[in-house]
Amino acid sequence: MTALCNHTLELTGPAGDPASPIHRLDPRSKVVGLVAVTLVAVSASVAAWPVWAGCAAVLAAVATAARVPIGAIWRRARFVLPLVLLVALFVPFARSGGREYVLGPLVAHEEGLQTFAAVAAKALIGTLSAVLLAATTPFPAVLRGLEALRLPRLLVMIAAFMYRYLFVIVEEVGRMRAALAARAYRPRTALHAGALGRVATATFLRTHSRGERVYRAMLARGYRGRMPRLAPLVLSRADVLFVSLVLAALLPLRVVA
Amino acid sequence: MSCAIEAAGLSFRFPNGRAALNGIDLRAEHGERIAVLGPNGAGKTTLMMHLNGLMSGSGRLEVAGLRVGPETLHELRRRVGLVFQDPDDQLFMPTVQEDVAFGPLNLGLDRAEVHRRVAESLAAVRMEHAAERAPYQLSMGERRRVAIATVLAMRPALLVLDEPSANLDPRARRELLEVLAAVEHTMLVTTHDLPLAAELCERAVILADGRIVADGPCRELLADHSLLAAHDLELPAGFDLERVEPRGRPAAVGAAA
Repeated sequence: MTALCNHTLELTGPAGDPASPIHRLDPRSKVVGLVAVTLVAVSASVAAWPVWAGCAAVLAAVATAARVPIGAIWRRARFVLPLVLLVALFVPFARSGGREYVLGPLVAHEEGLQTFAAVAAKALIGTLSAVLLAATTPFPAVLRGLEALRLPRLLVMIAAFMYRYLFVIVEEVGRMRAALAARAYRPRTALHAGALGRVATATFLRTHSRGERVYRAMLARGYRGRMPRLAPLVLSRADVLFVSLVLAALLPLRVVA
Repeated sequence: MSCAIEAAGLSFRFPNGRAALNGIDLRAEHGERIAVLGPNGAGKTTLMMHLNGLMSGSGRLEVAGLRVGPETLHELRRRVGLVFQDPDDQLFMPTVQEDVAFGPLNLGLDRAEVHRRVAESLAAVRMEHAAERAPYQLSMGERRRVAIATVLAMRPALLVLDEPSANLDPRARRELLEVLAAVEHTMLVTTHDLPLAAELCERAVILADGRIVADGPCRELLADHSLLAAHDLELPAGFDLERVEPRGRPAAVGAAA
């Protein structure tokens, strides 16, 4: 189970040089900057290639400044991208217009292909922005940034607890799976799947009662509905510079295109 | 002078009607270390929850000079530190440091004081080196010690520990015992670990079916084999009570609180 945790950690934790100027930015400026890149890319029209090239250049600059290796970016992005692209894969066949290309029983249309390319570009830029944010900012810091940016506190808290207890729950499920396997559980037909349902039930009940216990532990230390923060977030000149640079590079492109 | 705990006729029923506490009478002075012994289901944890106002039953209960009730809850939680059995329930923040700071911040202390208390409490449990780490990266023994630090940081008058040595290997147990022996707080320890009780506490009470059935010097109670057997408790085979060196009674710290 530790193996799984380490694996997951490797893919979600920071990558690159922790001392880089990007890593040291306030989480808020990184969230704003990288979300801006995504929004600019997504809001552009069908064939806004100069805008997407601009976005890609900004992302490349951020990755270089943060010294995040391409391999690390690719390892993370490849989990998300196929899912996003799968949805768009049907567009060339569903959307008609322009020239037709016959691929066996399927017919692809030119306009459909253009739409697909646009969606793919947007998906790529969005994914890379998220990957870069995660690679340069520890998850708790992202959450603090979101909270400071006025995301509803309850949502932020749910995400924080999910992050904290994910590992605990994964470990519990792993133990139950091991206990099933140790008693020679090898599902062969759908009828055997009942045991898995009970694992799911047990996981739910355990998680629920853990939630109650954690809440009690919070109350016991004087919790009154608000998560206290140890260190306040401070915006520095570098943060202002970062956000202005990103916006200065992209907004003119977006407005013109 | 007020005493640490004064309970008279304390009773509690779960919503399903099962009685967990059946008229508890208990008086503890400041500076005492008391072991609460008893089999599973005897009401140990329920009693512990009452001391911090997390559950409230009928009868009279005064803890650390405060009558337990809705209007005293916040102050009560400052004065009574609860260490839960499962440290994963207690350590819910992303890093050890933030977790230890949770209580003091809830008390509304300023940041300099919070940082001072975090450093001081982590030093008291010998975990200074782990301030920046995440709870899931710690061993069970380390988590338990950090959990103790989280309540020490609130400078409670009374420390209540639920099964502190559960799930610890001998070395982690030894380290925990050393940490606890050096902590100068009034202490209530619920445990099945009779050798731990013998070493740490000068007084013991035995709880059975929600009642206190024995109350006296820890060694005398533990030497009474028929009493132990009657309540499903037993010393480890070959354990020699005479060879245990009890830890000295701590100075009556907290009496001023």
